[in-house]
Amino acid sequence: MSQTRTTGALIVKTAVLAIGAALLFAPFLFQDVRALEVAARICIFIVLVASYDLLIGYTGIVSFAHTMFFGIGAYGTAIALKQMGNGWDAVALGTLAGMALSLVLAVAIGLLSLRVKAIFFAMITLAAASVVLVLASQLNQITGGEDGITYRAPSLFSPATQLWQGADGKVATLFGVKMNGKLAGYYFVFLTSLALFVFMLRMTGSPLGTVLKAIRENEARAEAIGYRVVAYRTFVFCIAALVASLAGSSYAIWLKYTGPDTALSFAIMIDILLMVVIGGMGTMWGAVIGAVLMVLAQYYLRDLMELAAGATADLPVLPHLLEPDRWLFWLGIIFILLVYFFPAGIAGTIMRWGAPRAGR
Amino acid sequence: MSLLSITAMQTRIGQYAVLHNISLEVPEGGVFVLLGRNGAGKTTTLRSIMGLWTPSPGSVTFRGRDLTGMHTAEIARLGIAYVPENMGIFGGLTVEENLVLATATGRFDKVRLARITALFPALETFWTKQAWALSGGQKQMLAVARAIIEPRALILIDEPTKGLAPSIVGAMAEAFREIAQGTTILLVEQNFQFARSLGRDMAVIEDGRIAHSGTMAEFAADKALQDRLLALSA
Repeated sequence: MSQTRTTGALIVKTAVLAIGAALLFAPFLFQDVRALEVAARICIFIVLVASYDLLIGYTGIVSFAHTMFFGIGAYGTAIALKQMGNGWDAVALGTLAGMALSLVLAVAIGLLSLRVKAIFFAMITLAAASVVLVLASQLNQITGGEDGITYRAPSLFSPATQLWQGADGKVATLFGVKMNGKLAGYYFVFLTSLALFVFMLRMTGSPLGTVLKAIRENEARAEAIGYRVVAYRTFVFCIAALVASLAGSSYAIWLKYTGPDTALSFAIMIDILLMVVIGGMGTMWGAVIGAVLMVLAQYYLRDLMELAAGATADLPVLPHLLEPDRWLFWLGIIFILLVYFFPAGIAGTIMRWGAPRAGR
Repeated sequence: MSLLSITAMQTRIGQYAVLHNISLEVPEGGVFVLLGRNGAGKTTTLRSIMGLWTPSPGSVTFRGRDLTGMHTAEIARLGIAYVPENMGIFGGLTVEENLVLATATGRFDKVRLARITALFPALETFWTKQAWALSGGQKQMLAVARAIIEPRALILIDEPTKGLAPSIVGAMAEAFREIAQGTTILLVEQNFQFARSLGRDMAVIEDGRIAHSGTMAEFAADKALQDRLLALSA
């Protein structure tokens, strides 16, 4: 039985569908500004993690340049919006410029270095990402340096924009939610992310996805049945770069701020790696689960620990251990436990439930 | 003209010269058997034809086209399939996915697929099963099926009977006979009885050199030659 048709696969797909529904109705279900920020970040990171999984999970490519492409997309849109004003022409030009630069860099890195051993390729991507990070920090005139760039998004996404006017001339509400530009901004991020995720899902489900999995499993065997491994790996590297760049553009429009910390830092790269490992490599569903859990932990683990510390205030030691400032320590513990109990990631491990065991 | 010509092929693996001046003519049609003891250079010969090792000097021509220096993937696309000794299947993929990989368009020719599943009915039974879960015989069937899922001019098969149960070896021989009606097979084999039942032409490799070549009928009749080259009675 294929792993995609097991009982576990059904559980994972149901969970992902529930997450999708929660994200679709997020503005109505969680009516506070922070929750909407979290939902938008989850949407962006699902795309970013899924595109990284195309590399590491489906093709076996270890790259540290994924945030570089994300950052290039974000900076492209940010610079265009800053320089040209908040029109859609700036969004289009900035996004296309970011994609074009990402594509050129991906082709160059791919063709020059995907022939070498995996460790050398990883080092080359690390070097390229470092160079771009330093450039973004130092080219003050263009990128705003360490402070980054603040700009206005298209007026459709302005909180002052009324998507739907009530009888009193003020912005209308639906189930208590204001029909304003903020809502439009969220759905722009949600729909862009959904379209990109579905694209990657179709890609991995197509014969191309099968070829990628074959390359990951054994390059020489894939070549012996007629596949040019370097060409395929370069192609996938380019696709992943373009998707990451588009995710970056989308995030730049949502945040209305782009800086090294939000778009290019290695902390983002580490987050992506953790999300891929937690969710499960080689499955698009894993990207959704990993991104959701990690972003929720980053935003709400502190609050949860504050509650727990308050509830155990009368007990010895425990309140000190549960101090909110120790949230990173607990995140580390949770990560170790997840890796121990779900060695193939949450989705990867659960999807094996109901599959035949080896050694028949 | 031969389908495959190997001329003065020498292959080095690292600092070791494994093949010395191998020359072979594989005619079109039927089964050509390459015999030899362990470590004689049979597998290296197949790998050199596929471009997995680069012979230098020497040349390999297929239908008059020089394969020397050509990329393995290009050689495969010329219509040469390779079934390695370890079967070369992708354990993490299903039976269906393993076969789809070897199709030119990502779609099956239904008539051809029906012929293959008639040859190897187990593949249809385990169609959606991941290949690592198959038995050794089923994995070998999958490897051979993958080689013939598209029309090929030449199939290189390395020791297909190794570790298989006698009943499966018999089924495999039947399958090869049918496949050889439309395709040339270059078969590396240590099981002489199996090879004899299939081969029309043959060669023996000894220490990286061609020690004998001719028809299988002549070789099968010469017991002394068999003993000297293959040490069958030892």
